[in-house]
Amino acid sequence: MPANSFNGQTDYGIGIGLRVPHYAHILEKKPVVDWFEIISENFMVDGGRPLEVLDQIMEQYRVVQHGVSMYFGSADKPDRAHLKKLKALVKRTKTPWLSDHLCWGSVDGTYTHDLLPMPYTFASAKRTAEKIRQIRDFLEIPICVENVSSYAEYHVSEMTEWEFLTEVVERADCGILLDVNNIYVSSKNHDFNPYDYINGVPHHRVGQMHVAGHTKFEKYILDTHDHPVLDPVWKLYAHATKLCGVTATLLEWDDKIPSFDEVHNEALKANEFIDGAKAAKKARTKSNMSKATRA
Amino acid sequence: MKASAKSRRAIPRFKIAAPVGLKPPPPHPPRRLATTNDVVKLQRLMTNILVRPLTKTDGLQPTWIDGRPMTEVAEEFIKPNDRLTAFERLQLYNRMYWFRLIDIMHDDNPGMRAVLGGKKFTRLIEAYLTKYPSRSFTLRNLCSRLAQFIREEPRWTAPYTSLAQTVARFEWAQTVAFDEAKLPVLTADDISKTPPERLRLRLQPYLSLLALDYPVDTYVVAVKQRNALRTEASNAVDSARNVVRQKHVARPRRGRIYLGVHRLDNRLYYKRLERPAFLILQALAAGRPLAEAITAGGRCVKPTEVGSWFSIWMELGWLCCRK
Repeated sequence: MPANSFNGQTDYGIGIGLRVPHYAHILEKKPVVDWFEIISENFMVDGGRPLEVLDQIMEQYRVVQHGVSMYFGSADKPDRAHLKKLKALVKRTKTPWLSDHLCWGSVDGTYTHDLLPMPYTFASAKRTAEKIRQIRDFLEIPICVENVSSYAEYHVSEMTEWEFLTEVVERADCGILLDVNNIYVSSKNHDFNPYDYINGVPHHRVGQMHVAGHTKFEKYILDTHDHPVLDPVWKLYAHATKLCGVTATLLEWDDKIPSFDEVHNEALKANEFIDGAKAAKKARTKSNMSKATRA
Repeated sequence: MKASAKSRRAIPRFKIAAPVGLKPPPPHPPRRLATTNDVVKLQRLMTNILVRPLTKTDGLQPTWIDGRPMTEVAEEFIKPNDRLTAFERLQLYNRMYWFRLIDIMHDDNPGMRAVLGGKKFTRLIEAYLTKYPSRSFTLRNLCSRLAQFIREEPRWTAPYTSLAQTVARFEWAQTVAFDEAKLPVLTADDISKTPPERLRLRLQPYLSLLALDYPVDTYVVAVKQRNALRTEASNAVDSARNVVRQKHVARPRRGRIYLGVHRLDNRLYYKRLERPAFLILQALAAGRPLAEAITAGGRCVKPTEVGSWFSIWMELGWLCCRK
């Protein structure tokens, strides 16, 4: 049964990112993995090895698409050619939902290839939500928007990041990919309580979660995806899972990538917290039922 | 003495061109974001800042294009916190932009790096990406205009400009060969249906035909083998005594070659071509009818040679029907 209206994939379990250094291992050993997340842009090509590998992976596994260049927050209109390529890939993978970031990264057709922070204003939320609706209508697939790690904030901002995220997803009527590592990184960089963030977003819209490792520096934290997940992030994940219900979860590991087994074992640690959330839900249901019986 | 003086000599810095395609930034950031135009102004300002090259010490440029201190410009739209100034926060993004793109260019251009050496290569990339920032959603296309840039601004690659341009074309052809489309191949049935005077063929989109002034295919292979050896060495040993000495790969001497860069069973290949064969393929690619394209090879070409070339090209799957 879905945990919420934007999370029809409660049984999706725990996935990992499909990365080049693991291709040979996956294709040869065919390890048991709930699902793989692919970076859409890596497969938005017209032929060759990337699509061959993808087709082989899809014979064995479920894949979910995650994008890095849709730039919902960029003022530029959606690029038609980009959307057509993306839609072709969506048809190929049959991804049940598609995610990309709540950020901007291009202007005048020039791309920074970065996930730049949004100014948190009502006008910006309205425009971004409209763009998400247009893209969703074109792609004909549910969209989840992911909160990014950030290192700067704008003077023009009128609200907190989680208020902005809520404003956008409510207006766009879309899901959230809640990246708890990004929340942790930004909370340290901008001095807010990460639990306020998680408590403040609409839990019924969380369709997927991300966990990852980060790197601490003296004055800031960088979202490096090159480490195991740190304890404070697992704690946030446990809290988010209690509030949102069991949700499709993915570990991101993109740099200094260790063996497949190491990455997969790290991802599977999430099970511990999912089991905790399931037990809590069961206890809540039981208590509600006994109250109802008494009444 | 001379050699060490030469190695210490700084690579000259030149004034770098303004970005092509990116509109100039507003004089000041908008005070509020009421309209889409305000958002565009803010994004244009920040993008113009991020795509400016780093300083020699990998920092944000201290002065903005209008002469004002960059600290002042940053403070106008970025909030500081108790650990980082607005300038330092912008600098983080400026660094991430350049480090990411330079890393990718390093990976995609081992041959160019070997021709120019590390420092000069990085200068070239800075100048290239400053003039031609990415215009594509995918990083795959980052090097698509490098050969053009080298032709337009030879100072970054002098005195190896001709070689550098050749290598840039060759390395870009490999990207094309890696993931461009594969069309249905020409069949004997297709040939029998249309007379040669009317039959127009096309080549696979993943195939690049290159007439090059240097034998860069063997050069780049040698560079990659050397790099692979260095990687093996650095993984395998930790004592200086055992480290494999970095073997220098000599730059190739000028010499004309004709090359088809393609893929077969999703692996990259470079195939040397004889000049007449290259000219025939070029004519086919230009859409000339088969009978006419064959004459592009010249009078000296024997029909048996042409027959053997066509059978190889068919076997490699290079030829397709032009619909």
